[in-house]
Amino acid sequence: MAMLPVSAPAEWPQNLPPPVVSGPARRGRPGLTRLVRAVRSNRKATAGTVLLVLFTLVALFPGVIAHDNPSATIYARSLGPSARHLLGTTALGQDIWAQTVYGTQQVLIIAIGVGLLSTGVAVLIGVAAAYLGGWWDGGLSLLTDVLLVIPLFPLLIVIATYVQGAGTLILVLVLTLTGWSYTARQLRSQALSLRSRDFLEAARVRGERRMYIVLVEIIPTMTSLIVASFLTNALYAVLFGSSLQFIGLGDPNSVSWGTMLYWAENNEALQTGQYLWAIVPGVCIAALGAAFALLNYAFDEIGNPALRPLRARRRMGRRSRKARVAVPVSGMGVSRAR
Amino acid sequence: MRFLLRRLGFFAVTMWAALTLNFFLPRLMPGNPAEAMMGKFRGPVSPQALKALELAFGVDTHQSLISQYFGYIGDVATGKFGTSLYFYPTSVGRVILDAIPWTLGLVGVTTILAFVLGTGIGIMSAWRRGGALDSIGPPVFVIATAIPYFWIGLMLILIFAVRLQWLPAAFGFDITLTPSLSLPFIANILEHAILPATALLVTTIGTWILTMRNNMITTLAEDYVRMARAKGLPGRRIMLDYAARNALLPNLTGFAMSLGFVVGGAILVEYVFNYPGVGYMLLQAVNNEDYPLMQALFLLITVAVLVAILLADIATAVFDPRTRTGG
Repeated sequence: MAMLPVSAPAEWPQNLPPPVVSGPARRGRPGLTRLVRAVRSNRKATAGTVLLVLFTLVALFPGVIAHDNPSATIYARSLGPSARHLLGTTALGQDIWAQTVYGTQQVLIIAIGVGLLSTGVAVLIGVAAAYLGGWWDGGLSLLTDVLLVIPLFPLLIVIATYVQGAGTLILVLVLTLTGWSYTARQLRSQALSLRSRDFLEAARVRGERRMYIVLVEIIPTMTSLIVASFLTNALYAVLFGSSLQFIGLGDPNSVSWGTMLYWAENNEALQTGQYLWAIVPGVCIAALGAAFALLNYAFDEIGNPALRPLRARRRMGRRSRKARVAVPVSGMGVSRAR
Repeated sequence: MRFLLRRLGFFAVTMWAALTLNFFLPRLMPGNPAEAMMGKFRGPVSPQALKALELAFGVDTHQSLISQYFGYIGDVATGKFGTSLYFYPTSVGRVILDAIPWTLGLVGVTTILAFVLGTGIGIMSAWRRGGALDSIGPPVFVIATAIPYFWIGLMLILIFAVRLQWLPAAFGFDITLTPSLSLPFIANILEHAILPATALLVTTIGTWILTMRNNMITTLAEDYVRMARAKGLPGRRIMLDYAARNALLPNLTGFAMSLGFVVGGAILVEYVFNYPGVGYMLLQAVNNEDYPLMQALFLLITVAVLVAILLADIATAVFDPRTRTGG
């Protein structure tokens, strides 16, 4: 009953189930319903969802499973695993378990923040380029392509160096600024393929305003690709955010997996036998990244074939040639600059 | 021809964008970071070098932004990258030239190896659709793409260098040896390359396998493959000459591009293994606030990628007639 919508009348009978959110609203968003069904029918998607939910719960309620202060450097140094310190302590006297558990928060905030923001930018630019056409398309596509081919990780490194000690917010902004172009290109391709469809023509003939057409007719049709875009960008943020922190370009005082690895490396954790210090954060990064990657791959498999970047490009003929030259590999966005 | 001209134009625009980024980034930051850097190096660095730096980073100069900007572009065009601060008094150009062979050797060879192996495995797994390779491969490689490169490097060091002590954990060669062209020295270099190469291979091969597999699956559904089957051609011939040949085309451009990224090196792998290549130098420059070196390396990496893309475009135009007519 805690889920009662705010608008429910106060005298709503306590023994009745809460009112279902209006039918039409749900029918109006077939994309979401389809997504939920698709996730449940695909094993990769299920695994990804379970992992993601798990990490989210840990990030929301870290105190439930970790009782130590993650920033405290008050414990005996370099202890092995014990009942008191599940994963032992670091050479700096921190509890590794607490650091790992609390570290989930920052990584998730960065992943979700970058995922949402850069998807927003990508939708805005991709759809605007496709829908406005002409000079707008030329300019926005050029901007996208230029950003796409400038090596991402070196660019990130250069920016982060000048910023010096990037905290969460700065990391999110920098990763967003450099990371939106890959999905913007995909979104533009799909929006282009939609442009001449009958239902848009119908909307135009009805005399709908441009904003209405873009928001109500075009964007909902692209739900699946937008979700995929979110997942791609989130994975990218997890990997590159952690990488930046690992090489010491994040805030060295923050509690996060990348920063843990930075300190582990600086204190020669591998050479001094403190293996868990280096192993655990890496496993966590890989697991969270895998959650996003599995979900993403599952969407490629189950979704509309037009979503599969390689095949979609193949079908779309000559515009696609350019896209293929620029982004030949769906994993390229992540792998290209490391 | 129009296609190539357009690509050349794109090359020029991107180059200009990278230069402009390089120029404006330090100037956009609150409290020009170059100022702090210069304070740090005031002692050992000669006044002339400092003067040049002040010009390059826009500290305490009376020149207008525009003339600074054109001065910078002129310097880059004539190859004047200045002096490295961390490796003072070595010039930035020298430091980079020393680093390039290491990266080309390690990352170049590994990239080619990953492409050839990955493409082969991708072809096989699509050909035997539903076979063991095809059902286990994809999920494994999807998960592999989520593992950070540097962490795989750390784990390899832990297992093979720290625990088993089979292979060295760092550097391009044993620093007690004098570099020479002798057999033991070359063997020493190879020995030092095994772990970083493995780290790179493990993490890059999955992408090639997956894309080649997906391309193959699409190609195998094409009419000309069905036609070849109907003609009763042997399976090997259909797989290689009909399907794989066509499926490879989009991947070739990807391969050319990844060769461009070779120069950038696998920055983090070089960092973890202290491998003296371009990526390692970039991080050395970053950690020691050697901005001239950092800027030059960023430009070099960008140029390498752009040239590779341009070559890929030309190759596509040569191999695929549809591009030429399509414009």
